[in-house]
Amino acid sequence: MAQTEAELLDNPVAGHPALILRSPDYHSITEAVAAPIERPTPIGWWLFFLPSLALLGLLGVAVSWLVWEGIGVWGLNVPVGWAWDITNFVFWIGIGHAGTLISAILFLFRQTWRTSINRAAEAMTIFAVMCALLFPGIHVGRIWVAYWMFPLPNQMGMWPNFRSPLLWDVFAVSVYGTVSLLFWYVGLIPDLATMRDRSKTQIRKQVYGFFALGWRGSMRQWRHYESAYLILAALATPLVLSVHSIVSMDFAVSLLPGWHTTVFPPYFVAGAIFSGFAMVLTLMVICRTAFKLEHILTLRHFDYMAKIMLVTGTMVGYAYGTEFFTAWYSGNPYEYFTFLNRAGGPYAWAYWIMISCNVISPQIFWFKKARTSIPILFVASIVINIGMWFERFVIIVTSLHRDFLPSAWGYFSPTIWDISCLLGSFGLFFTMFCLFVRFLPMVAAAEVKGVLPQANPHSRSGHGGAH
Amino acid sequence: MAFSLGSLVAKAPFANQLPQGPYYGVVAEFTTAAELYHACEKVRDAGFTKWDAHTPFPVHGLEKAMGLPRSPLPWIVLVMGLTGAAAGFGLQWWVHASAYPLVISGKPFFAWPAMIPITFEVGVLFAAFGAVFGMFALNRLPMHHHPLFQSKLFERVTDDRFFISIESWDPRFDSSATAQMLKSLGAANVELVES
Repeated sequence: MAQTEAELLDNPVAGHPALILRSPDYHSITEAVAAPIERPTPIGWWLFFLPSLALLGLLGVAVSWLVWEGIGVWGLNVPVGWAWDITNFVFWIGIGHAGTLISAILFLFRQTWRTSINRAAEAMTIFAVMCALLFPGIHVGRIWVAYWMFPLPNQMGMWPNFRSPLLWDVFAVSVYGTVSLLFWYVGLIPDLATMRDRSKTQIRKQVYGFFALGWRGSMRQWRHYESAYLILAALATPLVLSVHSIVSMDFAVSLLPGWHTTVFPPYFVAGAIFSGFAMVLTLMVICRTAFKLEHILTLRHFDYMAKIMLVTGTMVGYAYGTEFFTAWYSGNPYEYFTFLNRAGGPYAWAYWIMISCNVISPQIFWFKKARTSIPILFVASIVINIGMWFERFVIIVTSLHRDFLPSAWGYFSPTIWDISCLLGSFGLFFTMFCLFVRFLPMVAAAEVKGVLPQANPHSRSGHGGAH
Repeated sequence: MAFSLGSLVAKAPFANQLPQGPYYGVVAEFTTAAELYHACEKVRDAGFTKWDAHTPFPVHGLEKAMGLPRSPLPWIVLVMGLTGAAAGFGLQWWVHASAYPLVISGKPFFAWPAMIPITFEVGVLFAAFGAVFGMFALNRLPMHHHPLFQSKLFERVTDDRFFISIESWDPRFDSSATAQMLKSLGAANVELVES
């Protein structure tokens, strides 16, 4: 192993940059992926898991109190009727989108570098959608009638209003959650079979075996499997674009200055991918270090992700500019006031946090040194996620807090229960993620094996494996 | 190809159970994808029909080396997707224009442009169900018990080894000659699997 990771980055093999370092054989990939599941639970895992579980408990308390006492425990009130609840919802659903982008869109574009990160990114999508679904569920007030959001026959003969973007959102997010789960599970089947065949204990063999469905890697099965995977990717791609577009229509279809903007769908999608990649990066840095997966999650992967963040972050910055231009060009005094108020009003602090985190901080990724430095990537990814949370806060709260008449102006401040719900949703997310890395293969081993040079039956290295 | 109709019927969902016999068949282990690929071409050319290749990951182009037809799954997905879209659109039309017409924001009852997002979402949902459950049906999954699982060798199919299995009810099957042929094609190990 003469080449170091840095050398490979600077000097990729002509035409075929090595995605996976140290020229591993198939078996060492299996070992590397299965090791975090099979070895005794490390102390470090508990150090992540227990605080996450505590935050999840906080979420339980906060949601129970909310249901018991009512929405008044939160800080929102007229004129700010939507605040942290919907901010958190849009934030989490946006986080999920990078998972689908990595698993579906990069798959369609034959970007084989995705194989190292797609499993964890898809898991992240599912957990983020769980967090996201929580908020619209609890913000309706009487959550015991939340099922009224669905078109169920009832004794009143009433139906939801299908002409409202809020209902489109119910459909978009629940379909998105379902399809993401199916996509993730289909991808897991071959690796669950690997876990089944390596099981040392009966219980493991039965549990992994049950979910592996009796997969035996047969080419007659792979043929349908690959077709299903390709089709799911092709379905998930327009789906993910539709979901955040529809989320943005919750705002854009209203008549409120600051929300009523045609740029919202593409702007929200770019922001979603931006924040989602930041979250993938945060998680991957932790996993790579904690589980010693440096040869599978290489600096090349981080380099690519940083580039995507630079692009989407700059797109988001462009959208911020477009909003201001449109507000000025529209000649509408309410529209213009809303945007001046955003940048210079009582919530100017939030606006400038958003600008510095989302537009200024990713510009560091113009430099290759920053794109391949794990500490810089880690810090930047957290900064970007903070910025993207503030983006949704700015859009939602600053557009609402100064109504058309000054007599109806207000200022939203969060209560302890707002904060508990937000922190608690992180508890839910990280608890699920900890369980995932402990019990499921976090790298798609079968797919990584498929991008090794010797996996191609026509390659010259096909005989013998290692070079 | 002479056997394509037969193999299609055999792959139809739930069309047949595994026949009974003393042997399930013979399984041969290969160490590289390239060896497996060339062996599959030979098995195909020898005219076997009831056989399969088993790999830890989908080997590119192997379906051609085995002479397999394309998966019919896209057609299932197409039908399911169109059904879902029609169901989604139909539900919205029925609710707003037929069952409970209600004036909301002065919009027409049959405001079809507003019905497109949900039509799309339900179409995608049904199509995804079609893709996943259609794939399960075509592959006859879940099938938790299979004779191949008795083979100790075969456990490495999900790790780093490549296999060809030829089933005993293939008309050209002969337990010693077939095993011999697989050995001559470069198999590292050949094993008879009981049924």
